[in-house]
Amino acid sequence: MKKVLLLLLALTTISVSGFAKGQQSAGGDDMSASDSKAGGVLVFAHSGDAVGLDPARETDGESFMIADNIYNCLVEFKPGTTEVMPALAKSWDVSADGLEYVFHLREGVKFHDGTDFNADAIVFSHMRQLDESHPYFEYGPWKYWGYMDMSAIVKDIEAVDTYTVKYTLLKPEAPFIANLAMNFAVIVSPAAVEMYKEDYTNHPVGTGPFKFVSWTKDDNIVVERNPDYWGQKTYLDRVIFKVIPDATARTLALKKGEVDIVDFPSPEDIPGIKATEGLKVVEQAGLNVGYLALNCEKEPFDNKLVRQAVNYAINKQDIIDGVYGGMGQAAKNPLPPGMWSYNDEIEDYPYDPAKAKALLAEAGYADGFSTTLWAMPVSRPYNPNGKKVAEIMQANLADVGIDAAITSYDWGTYLDKTDQGEHDMALLGWTGDNGDPDNFLWVLLSAPAAVKPAGNIAFWKNEEFTSIIKEAKETADQAKRTALYEEAQVIFKEEAPWVTLAHSLVVEPMKEEVMGFVLYPTGKRVFSEVWLQK
Amino acid sequence: MLKYILKRLALLLPTLFGVITLVFFMIALAPGDPARVMLGERATADSVEQLRHDLGLDKPLYVQYGLYLQRVVKLDLGKSIKSGQKVSEEIWDHFPATIELTIWAMIFSTVVGIIIGVLSATRKNGWIDFASMGGALMGVSMPVFWLALVLIMIFSVKLDMFPTGGRMNIRYYFTPITGLYVLDGILIFFKSGDIKVFISALHHLVLPAVALGTIPLAIIARITRSSMLEVLNQDYIKTARSAGIKESKVIYRYALKNALLPIITVIGLQFGLLLSGAILTETVFAWPGIGKWIYHAIEARDYPAVQGGIIVISTTFVLINLVVDILYSIVNPKIRLS
Repeated sequence: MKKVLLLLLALTTISVSGFAKGQQSAGGDDMSASDSKAGGVLVFAHSGDAVGLDPARETDGESFMIADNIYNCLVEFKPGTTEVMPALAKSWDVSADGLEYVFHLREGVKFHDGTDFNADAIVFSHMRQLDESHPYFEYGPWKYWGYMDMSAIVKDIEAVDTYTVKYTLLKPEAPFIANLAMNFAVIVSPAAVEMYKEDYTNHPVGTGPFKFVSWTKDDNIVVERNPDYWGQKTYLDRVIFKVIPDATARTLALKKGEVDIVDFPSPEDIPGIKATEGLKVVEQAGLNVGYLALNCEKEPFDNKLVRQAVNYAINKQDIIDGVYGGMGQAAKNPLPPGMWSYNDEIEDYPYDPAKAKALLAEAGYADGFSTTLWAMPVSRPYNPNGKKVAEIMQANLADVGIDAAITSYDWGTYLDKTDQGEHDMALLGWTGDNGDPDNFLWVLLSAPAAVKPAGNIAFWKNEEFTSIIKEAKETADQAKRTALYEEAQVIFKEEAPWVTLAHSLVVEPMKEEVMGFVLYPTGKRVFSEVWLQK
Repeated sequence: MLKYILKRLALLLPTLFGVITLVFFMIALAPGDPARVMLGERATADSVEQLRHDLGLDKPLYVQYGLYLQRVVKLDLGKSIKSGQKVSEEIWDHFPATIELTIWAMIFSTVVGIIIGVLSATRKNGWIDFASMGGALMGVSMPVFWLALVLIMIFSVKLDMFPTGGRMNIRYYFTPITGLYVLDGILIFFKSGDIKVFISALHHLVLPAVALGTIPLAIIARITRSSMLEVLNQDYIKTARSAGIKESKVIYRYALKNALLPIITVIGLQFGLLLSGAILTETVFAWPGIGKWIYHAIEARDYPAVQGGIIVISTTFVLINLVVDILYSIVNPKIRLS
C-alpha cells in the first residue's frame, strides 16, 4: 500500500512540476510557408459537440460551424453580412418569370477526396433531399430541407452540362437563393457518400478551406488546411474544435491560454475578459428577435391604440440591463440590424407611461383592464429569462393601470397553446435561418401565417402589409425587395402588433493575436481568413 | 460461492426489469410532447405529426412499452434521435472516459479517506481529529460543481499547475487504444518509448478525480473513524497492546483489518454514486464521459439515449454491488452466503 502511494505521489509531483510547462509549447509551431501570416494551430472552444457532419441531416449550430469550414455552397454569405455572393457558382441567371435559376459553376475545383466537383455533384447533393426515389433519400431525414419547405419550392434540378445546373421552381420565390447559402445546401462529394453511406456523417468530404482529420466524440474535432482550396489561401495549418460545456470553464481555459477563441461566454464573465490583458472580444448582433406578441384577435388588443399604449408603457432599457446583462440590444424592428433592408429610419416608441395612459383613455380604457401575460419557461438567445422579463413588464404595465397576470407552461405546451392563440400577450422570439427578411416577416407576421397553428401569434392580419411582403417574396430584384421590406416595417411599427424587445448580441472572446476573425449574423464560424499574429 | 453468484445474477433480472420500466414511464409521463419540444419555434402541424410518427409516439403507451422491452431484450437500445447513431455505440464511445475518472476518484478517496479516518481515530479529540472531521463535514456539504470551479480557479488559473479540463493535451494527435488514456499512455510508452501521453493523461486526471472524489472521501473518512474507534475499544486490542505489540502493527494489522467491513460497504455504494456524480464533474472539466453525454441527451430530450444511458449505469451499479458483497464474504468468512 505504502509503495503504491509513494509511486502515485511521485508521478503526480513529476507531472505537475516538470512536464506541465513543457507540454504547452508542444504544438502550434510547424510553420512551413514563408508568408508571415501562414501557419499555426487554432483551438476553438465551443459548448457542445457536433451531432453529425453531413449538415443536410442536422439542425444544430455546433454541427454547422464545423461544416462551415469543410464545405462550400453554390452561393455564400459575404463575411459579416446576410448578402449572398457567388461561391461554387461563378454566376447565375434568373428567368423573367422567376421560375428558372441557371447556375454557372466554377471549374477545376476538387473535393478533398480528389474527385471532381461538377454539376452532377450538385444534383446529387440536393436531389437526395428532394426526390423520394433517389437512392440516398432514405439516409435522411433532411430536416432543414423540410423546415425551409424546399419541396414546395423546387420542382426539379438538372445538370445542363458539366458546369451548368438548372433549378426549376414551382412558384416564384426570391428567398430561394438565400436558402442555397444555408448549411443544408452544402455540396457533398457523391463518391464519399456512396462509399460511407450511413457513416458518411463521421467522414465528411467537401470542397472547403479545411479538410476533416479526426473526431473524438464529445471531446474534439480536428480539421487541417486544404492546400488545393479554390478560394483565397487559408493561413492556419489546423483548427481544433474543443468541447468545453461549462461557460465559466471555457472562459478560464481562454484566460489560461489553452484555447484561442471561446464561443458563448457567460454574460457575467465578459467584463472580466475585457479587463484581461492579451484578450479581446468581437461582437455582432445575432440574427434573432425577442418580442411580446399582442393577440389582435382578442379584446382589447384588437384596438391599435391599446397596442401602442403597451409599447409606450414598457421600459425596454430596464429589461435589457436587468436580464440580458450586456448580451442584448433593444429592438425597434422585427428584423435584426445587420440584415439587409433593416429600416434604420424608424423610431422606436419611447418609454412614456403618461402617453400610454392617455392612449388607453382615448381607447376607452381610462381605468385600465385585466389581462394575461405569458412567459416562456426556457432560456433562448433572444430571451435569456422569460419569467424575469415578464415580471419587469408586469410592473411597467401596472404603472399605467393594466393588471397583467403572468402565466407559464412547460415549453411544449407553451408553444402549442400560443400557436392556438389562447394567450392575450405572449413572449416569444425567432432565430433566422437564411438571412432573408422574408424568413422573419412572412413566417411571423403575414396573414397566412396567422392560420392556426400559427407562426404569427399576434394573429395580426394586415392586408396591406401581407400584400407588400408577398410582392417582395416574388420579386427577384434586390433593390426593389429592399424598398418593399422597408415600407412593410413602417406599417408594422405604426400598427404595433408586437412590442419588439431585443436582439441578442453574439460576443466572442479571443486572444489578441487571433486576427481576421469575422462573426456572421447567420452564426457561421469560418476560419479560412483567420491568422495568428506572432 | 458459485451458486451464490449465480443466484445474485438471476436476481439482477427483476431489478433491471424494474429499472427499465421505471425509466420508461418516468420519461413517457414527463409533461410536454417531446416532438413539439424538439422542433421548437419552427414546428408546423405536419412536422410535429411526422416526428411523432417517426418516434413511435403516435402509438398507445402500452404498445410503445412492449416494443421497447422487446428491443431491450435483444440488447438493442435503439438509435439516438439527435445523432441517428446507435445508442449502444455512443455509450461504448463514452464509457471508458467515465470508468477511468471514476476509478481514479475512487482510488483517491479510498486511500486518503482511510488514512484520514485512521489518523483521526487514533488521535481522537486531538487537533488532527477536529481538523479532518471538520474538513470532512465541509467536503460532504460542498456542491461538486462549485468545488470543481474553485479547483480550476486556484490550481489551474492562479497556480498554473494543472490544465482546466479535457483528458489530454489537445495538441497531441494520438489514437486511443483502450479508451482508458492512462493505460493507453503505458501501452504507447512500451511500444514507442513516448511517455508524454501517459504524463498528460495523469496530469489531466488530477483535478477532476479530486473534485469527484471529495464527497466519497469525506464519507469514507468518517466511517473509517467511527469503525476504528469501535474496534479500538475492544478487548483483543487491549490484549494486543498489553502484549507489547508495536502500536502501528496493532492499528494496521489488527484493528484496521477488522474495521474494514463497513468501510467496504460504503466504498461499494460510493463507487456506484460516483458514476452518477460524474455528470457535474464531467461537465465542468469537459470530460467526454457518459455523465456529460446523458446530460446533453436530457437537454435535447433524446429519449432513447437517456433510457439507454440510465439502463447501463444502473446495471453497472448493481454489478458493482454484487462484487462488493462477494468481497465482503472474503474479508469476513463469518458471513454465510445464504
